[in-house]
Order: sequence, then C-alpha cells, then structure tokens
Amino acid sequence: MKRATKVTALAALSTLALTACGSAPDEPSASGSAAAGSDFKACMVSDAGGFDDKSFNESGYNGLQDAKDELGIQVATAESQSNSDFAPNIDNLVQQDCNMIVTVGFLLATATGDAAKANPDVEFGIVDSTAQDADGNPVEMDNVKPISFDTAQAAYLAGYLAAGMSKTGTVATYGGLQIPSVTVFMDGFVDGVAKYDEDKGKDVKVLGWDKAKQNGSFAGTFDDQSAGQQLTQTFIDQGADIILPVAGPVGLGTLAAAKDAKDVSVIWVDSDGAATNPDAADLIMTSVMKQIGPAVDDVITGAANDKFDSTPYVGTLENEGVGLAPYHDFDSKVPQDLKDEVEKLKKDIIDGTITVESENAPK
Amino acid sequence: MSEQQAPPPGAAAPVPTRSADPAEHTAGTGGRASQVLREVSTGSLGVTVLAFVLALVIGAVLIIAVDDDVAAAAGYLFARPADFFSAAWSAVADAYSALFRGAVINYRADDLAGVIHPLTETLTAATPLIIAALGVAVGFRAGLFNIGAQGQVIMGATVSGLVGFAWHLPVGIHLVVALLGGVVAGGLWAGIAGFLKARTGAHEVIVTIMLNYVALYLLQYLLTTSLFSTGNQPKSRSVDPSAQLPLLLGDQFRLNAGFLLAILAAVFVWWLMTRSTIGFRFRAVGSNAHAARTAGMSVTATFVLVMVVSGALAGLAGATQVLGTEKFLTDGIAGTLGFDAITVALLGRSKPLGIFLAGLLYGGLNVGGRVMEVSTGTPIDIVLVIQSLVVLFIAAPPLVRAVFRLPSPETKEVAA
Repeated sequence: MKRATKVTALAALSTLALTACGSAPDEPSASGSAAAGSDFKACMVSDAGGFDDKSFNESGYNGLQDAKDELGIQVATAESQSNSDFAPNIDNLVQQDCNMIVTVGFLLATATGDAAKANPDVEFGIVDSTAQDADGNPVEMDNVKPISFDTAQAAYLAGYLAAGMSKTGTVATYGGLQIPSVTVFMDGFVDGVAKYDEDKGKDVKVLGWDKAKQNGSFAGTFDDQSAGQQLTQTFIDQGADIILPVAGPVGLGTLAAAKDAKDVSVIWVDSDGAATNPDAADLIMTSVMKQIGPAVDDVITGAANDKFDSTPYVGTLENEGVGLAPYHDFDSKVPQDLKDEVEKLKKDIIDGTITVESENAPK
Repeated sequence: MSEQQAPPPGAAAPVPTRSADPAEHTAGTGGRASQVLREVSTGSLGVTVLAFVLALVIGAVLIIAVDDDVAAAAGYLFARPADFFSAAWSAVADAYSALFRGAVINYRADDLAGVIHPLTETLTAATPLIIAALGVAVGFRAGLFNIGAQGQVIMGATVSGLVGFAWHLPVGIHLVVALLGGVVAGGLWAGIAGFLKARTGAHEVIVTIMLNYVALYLLQYLLTTSLFSTGNQPKSRSVDPSAQLPLLLGDQFRLNAGFLLAILAAVFVWWLMTRSTIGFRFRAVGSNAHAARTAGMSVTATFVLVMVVSGALAGLAGATQVLGTEKFLTDGIAGTLGFDAITVALLGRSKPLGIFLAGLLYGGLNVGGRVMEVSTGTPIDIVLVIQSLVVLFIAAPPLVRAVFRLPSPETKEVAA
C-alpha cells in the first residue's frame, strides 16, 4: 500500500517535472493578448441553457469566438444560471464597457429591451427574437438588431424530402417547448409533406404537429433526452419511419430510439447533425440548418466596423441563413429525382414562386 | 452536547414495531431526520467561518487550474518559477476581488450609486432566498424535510402574478391581495403534503418532490393559455404597477420592498419558533414525536400546520420574485430558488438570524460570481463549487476540525 503511494507520487512528480521543463519566454511582453487587437468589445449573454448546450447558445458563442479570431476584438461573456440572471448579466456587461451585447434567445427579449432603452450608446443584437417591452410586445429600437431565422423554408424542403423517402407513409416531428422558434420548423415540415402529397397524389401522414390548430407533441424540455426517446418510440410504434426532433439535445434521445428500431431515420436541426454526431451519421438523413454562428459573426463584424444598423436580420434560403445540410451517408440512398425536386423547390422558394407561410416565422 | 452526538446508525431511531396509526410510523423517520438536522445545527459559528475559508481555498486552486496565463507559466515552472506564482496569485486575486466588487462594494466606481450598486443587488438576490429558506427551516425544526420549496415558490409566484396582471384593484389593496394570494397558494400546496403525511403516512420528501413537478408543468401549461399569455410565447403579461413591490432606493436600483418582507419574515419565524405555543408544539414534535403525543399534542395536526407555514413562506418568496424583481411569469420564475433555499436553511442552521446571514452570503456569491465571470472570465461554475463546498464542510464539522486541528466539542466539555 505504502509503496504504491510512493510510486504514484514519484510518477506524478516526474510528470510535473517533464511538463514544467519548458524554457521561459525571453521578455515578459507588455500584454500577452493578441497582437494588434481592436478596442471594440463584443459581449454575449446566454439563456439558462448555458454556452455548452450543443444548441443555439453554443452556436451563438461560436459566432462570437469567430468574430474575435477574425477581428482581434475584445470579448466577454455571461452565462445565465436562471431567468432572474438576465437583467443583471446584461447590466454587468454594460458596466464592463461592451460596445455590443448579443443576447441569445427570446426569453431575454424584455431584459434586452429594457437595457437598450437605458443604454442608448450600446448596440444590442438578439437571437431568435425582437426586443420586447414589459408586456411582451415587440418594439423596434435604433440600437437593437433582431437576428432571426425563417427556418420554415428549410424545414419545408425537409418535409418534402421526408415524404418522398418514407416507406411507411408516416413521418413525425416534435418540439422541445411550444415556442415560435421551435414551431416554425414544424410548420414548414408539415407544409413540405403536404406539398409532396399534393404533387404526387399520395397521402403521407405527419404525426406530432397540427399546423392549423397549432398543437402537437412536445418534450417539455430542452435537456431531458429520455423524454425524446420515449416520444420517438411512440411515433415509431405508430408507424413513423422519419423523425424530425426540434428540441436541441433532446434529439439525442431520438437518435437512440432510431438506432434500436429498424429502418428509422432522423432529420436533425440547427447544425449539420451528421458532422456533430458522427456516431449516428448512418441515421441522419439531412439537417435543417440554422446558421446562428455566422449570423452573429456578421452582425458583430458590422458593428465593429461602425456599420451597425437595426434592420432585422432574417436568415432565409436566399441568404443561406437557413438551409438543408448535405445528405452525407444518405447520399446514395436518396434518389436523384427527389434530390432534383428538392433543389427545384429551393429555387422556387428563393424566387418567390412558392411562399412558405408560418404564423411563427419572424416578421 | 454529548447527548446530541449521533448514536451508531443502526440505533439512530427506535423502529416502531406495532404502529397501526400511520402517523406513528412516520414519527420514527421524523426523529431520525431531526437527529441529523440537530447534528448539523449544533456546530459553532467558527466552524461555519472556517468552512467558508476552506471552500475559498479550494476555489482558488480551481481558479488557478483553469487560468490560461497560469497554464502558460506552468510550462516553464522550473526555468522561472516566479512567473508561475505571480500568475497564480494574480489570477486568484483578480477573481476574488471581482467577486467582492460584485457582491459588496465596487470601490472602483465613479459615483456613490455605482459604489453601493453591488450591495443592493446582493440584497435583492438574497430576498427570496431568505424567505424560502425560513420556510424550509420551519419544517426542519419540526423534523419535516420540505424538499418542495421549489413547487411552493412556483405556486406562490403563479397566483401572485395572476392576481397582479389579471385583476385590477386600487393601489395598495392590489399589492396586499397579490402577496396574500402567493402566501395562500404556497401554504395550500405544501398543505397537501402535510395532509397526506398526517392521513396516510406518505413521506413528505417524496410527496413534495412530486408536487414540484406538478407545479412546474402546471405553470408551463398555464403559460400557453390566453388567461396568462398574450402572444404565442410562454411568458405571462406583466403585473400592474399597483401590484408591484415599491422600489426602496429609486429607479437606479432593483432593491424593492421585498427585502423588508424578508426581515419581517425572519422576525416572524423567530417569534413563532421561540415565543409562541404553536412554535413550541412544532419543536416538540420535531425533537420527539412520541413524547409530544404522550404529552397530549396532536402530531398529525402539527404536521399539516408545519407544512402550511413552511409553504406559505415559500409562496411569499415566489410572490416577491414576481412582484418585485421579475414582473412577469416564465416557467423559469423559480430558477433553482427552492433548492438553494434548502442549502441556505442548512447553512443558517435553521435559525432566523443564521438564515438571514446565510442568505446574504449566498446571494452575494451569486451576484459577485456574475461580475467575476464577466470581468475576469472565470467560469461562474466556480462559485457554485464554493457554495456547495461551504455546505459540505458545514455538514461535516469533524472534517473542518481535523483540517484546522480544532479540539472536538467533547474534549472541551471534559476540560470544563
């Protein structure tokens, strides 16, 4: 026992010695940070999900880091532990002399509106929402840029694709919480399936969302994977073979359920799922991508170059703010005809031949 | 002191063998629970302070471990050790001074308002924590583990919020009615657990935890109805100005009259537990339910009453949250308040003054941690670790005594 301790201690010491033997830098330079650097300071507040949520907070954070790397600007971040942290977190960042503050998520809309009113010199960006007044009504402000995404357009393509790929004639979708930035995916998906049915005279059913009644299946959470697994299992039992989970990390539960079942595939959301979940690449047909990171990067870059404006940014198929990810493993399984039809639909949406309507889409 | 030392676990509580009455059965568990609680609450103030110091030291090690400059200097530790130690020192000093500036006094601010701003934020953050923790403590003192403060806070906030935005009453009356709504809702919600325990022997820990879920999902559902929400977002309308708790120091600060309610609640609980007959009954049932019954007290009625009082306080905490700081309801209105309240109650040793101070400490760490995060980039998770370690060390007084080589209480008694 004693000897073991000694050996361990010796091993630890030698490791320390080995790693600590580097040579010292010549002169302690004035500041260790990036050489040129700009005085511009971009900051970000997460919602209660935190910056490691593998979903929109993380995407926003990556956008901030990209902007930092490209522009050499200063950054600061504040991670909210709960909803009551929003206002103080924004306040703290204002105190830290941030020139621009990006808030992530509609839950911060009121806090952002209040802070923008109190600090007209600070520029704000808000992901997935507009600034709101105390009663939750959207307000336009000169120093707030809403960053939102018309994901219904991309989800429409996914719906059409799913309908074309389904062998059982049943597909399904569910959300994390019933909020516009989630249901906008489901609206587009349902319409895409309907479009396929109309064009081909088929009757592919969608479980989990009734667009007309705006009511459907929700996990009630963005972090409980078992809830996603159970919901997905229910859909599979009802014959669905393609599932679109719009629930961030809860979608991992869907991947687990799909893995256990036979011939069930998944359409991922937000990021390119086959790239972020390589283990499950054989289950992920494609992804409805929402390019939060690049959008945040753009908005910060604009502000850093003194070109801030408060015109809302809306990600669409046209500006590539939303889109379908590559098919990856499914590339050989999706028939070329269907690929062409999806591509044609995309063009039609971009040039306005087809309008994807959703009451949850950003206006 | 020595009689309060825990006997070996097996002998901790007399196992009721022939209990036809469900309440008698639960009294056994209550006894064991209160034994643990008494163990926690008999430590001295010194142990609390030392536990805090110890937690800060461990926090410092973590800050050093995650700091980039320190990691860079560690790479050439043997070539120039001074760099490593100065980097480590400045990382810790920066982080902890930011914590202090964020929680107590911002000595770098230009004007008086800026200087005291952190203090007002700490008081604001501490308000609901103190009130909810007082509720939890009332349960602890009576031997009941009310783990349901979270649900009671949610119910209190929901009803207070509803009264606040759906009813339009005259100034003054509106606020009082909204506050009372929260108190009653929290009390009734906890009363369910008390009633089930008294009637059927259902353990309050399980019932209150389950009621937490019921409350959360109930609120989530309500937020989708047109009564609560105007748009299609899960967030309620704002409470009328007439139902909002008035600000104490003007528009610049968020500190509101909720803090005065926290002080009043602490005084009330002190009076209730030490000066009133009801409080005596609570404590009697808490220390020995069998003896209390023999003495002619109704243990079952006491269970219900304890839970109602405990829940009413938690409900008040929810009310101050929605009427004071947040102004509207979301499903995150309670945050982790109900669980933090348990920690604060333990930290404050279930005594009103202790809870008041512990609430300030906890609120200050939360508020200061946010400033630490934005100004030095130190992850706020470190604050959570410090908070948890403080409680962990307090729950294990012998460990702290061993670290600081303090004499154990028995030795002292022998010497005296």
